[in-house]
Amino acid sequence: MPPTTIDTADALVEGITRGDRRSLARALTLVEADSATGRAVLAALYPRTGRAQTVGVTGSAGAGKSTLVGAIAREQRRRGRSVGIIAVDPSSPFSHGAILGDRIRMQDLTSDGGVFMRSMASRGNLGGLSESAGGAVDVLDAAGFDVVMVETVGAGQDEVEVANAAGTTVLVTNPGAGDEIQSMKAGLMEVAQVMVVNKADLAGADTAVAQLRALLAIAEHAAWEPPILKAIARTGEGVPELVDAIDRHQQHLRESAHAVEERRLLAERQVIALARAALHREALAAAAANDALAPLVAEVALRGRDPRSAAEALVLAIRRAWAVEGERS
Amino acid sequence: MTATERPIRVLIAKPGLDGHDRGAKVVARALRDAGMEVVYTGIRQTPQMIAEAALQEDVQVVGLSILSGAHLELFPRVLEELRARGVDDVLLFAGGIIPEVDIPAVREMGFAGVFGPGTNTADIIGFVQQHAPRRA
Ligand SMILES: Nc1nc2c(ncn2[C@@H]2O[C@H](COP(=O)(O)OP(=O)(O)OP(=O)(O)O)[C@@H](O)[C@H]2O)c(=O)[nH]1
Ligand SMILES: [Mg+2]
Repeated sequence: MPPTTIDTADALVEGITRGDRRSLARALTLVEADSATGRAVLAALYPRTGRAQTVGVTGSAGAGKSTLVGAIAREQRRRGRSVGIIAVDPSSPFSHGAILGDRIRMQDLTSDGGVFMRSMASRGNLGGLSESAGGAVDVLDAAGFDVVMVETVGAGQDEVEVANAAGTTVLVTNPGAGDEIQSMKAGLMEVAQVMVVNKADLAGADTAVAQLRALLAIAEHAAWEPPILKAIARTGEGVPELVDAIDRHQQHLRESAHAVEERRLLAERQVIALARAALHREALAAAAANDALAPLVAEVALRGRDPRSAAEALVLAIRRAWAVEGERS
Repeated sequence: MTATERPIRVLIAKPGLDGHDRGAKVVARALRDAGMEVVYTGIRQTPQMIAEAALQEDVQVVGLSILSGAHLELFPRVLEELRARGVDDVLLFAGGIIPEVDIPAVREMGFAGVFGPGTNTADIIGFVQQHAPRRA
């Protein structure tokens, strides 16, 4: 099928400006694919971003993130705000396929014209998730949604980076997740500005709150102390308070004495994350192109060489490949 | 990542009131295992919900699973809702319990594939891989 006319960057940007949902949907596809058109769309739209309240919702599998995102969206709609949602599910490492089931928890929102939701697979590509999900958030922001939420499973570096790109990150945990809470101190704790113990209808919610509080007490917080809330996403209990907390953090981002610095830090994190992803990809491509990796790996596997010196050799090989490329261009 | 490597995106939806989605889930998993990205929206979807999900998710393929016997009534309404949203370039297929006598009518509506209860999932995978419209 030949590409239809709306698939040019100009037409897509114009369509999105007009509020055309099909243009928006197509633009998200192209941005996710990181195609040339997708990049052009993003570049054109970026000056219009920054108006939305961007919220990352992360936590372990099954914590109730989608149910909670749905409940937050409903509360935001009650407050008269339009809502864009990106929900990321993991791709299968074997087939690279995915089942994207987050819509199941938000069925009612599908018929609400003030809500737009897109499911994305993590696609397991190097740093690609933060690129594509971050780009998708920018598109929804530029499209004029008041609130843009992105759901990720808080597992890997990539997901943390996605959460990082949002203004406010909500970390979702559950009662009885004590071990998990203990073990996440270093990673997720530090990127979350709002903590919520979801499924507070189950036993142990207060214990989980206490555990989080204890961990927060030893973490370092400059200007913003993350609140710890309880919620029952299934019924919506605690959700207005959660939205209030998100609002307070967004206001803090805008108005605190550190606002400018926080925005700069966020921008720095985004640029570095994107650059790291691009470098990672290019470096591995360069290593593959001059067959540098496999022989080194083989040597290390046989203990004929230590991994550190192999890594150094690999970096040298990559630099050489880049130098050659640089001469050519 | 280049455009050609992008997985095919499929919406699997269950219109109508019956609450059994075993078949739909089997198909969803089979397509996932064949490398596709499958948006699954759950049971009891109205034609509007299905069409709106197809639009928002920008899928190339929509598969409807129906067991209630209301296909001749519901399928045209799904198509209408898709058209109303300008979603006119998706591959459509149907599965579930569709009597032999109704199959020509369902095909006539625009469902390129109609798969009965005994269908091997490999046939559905092959069908989708062969006919899914390519997206830039
Ligand atoms: N008891 C109880 N169960 C809940 C609550 N919120 C969600 N659940 C249930 O938890 C299960 C997982 O919910 P989801 O919203 O799909 O969780 P998720 O974190 O999005 O899951 P993944 O996207 O698969 O990682 C479902 O069965 C929900 O009904 C709650 O407040 N209380
Ligand atoms: Mg989910």
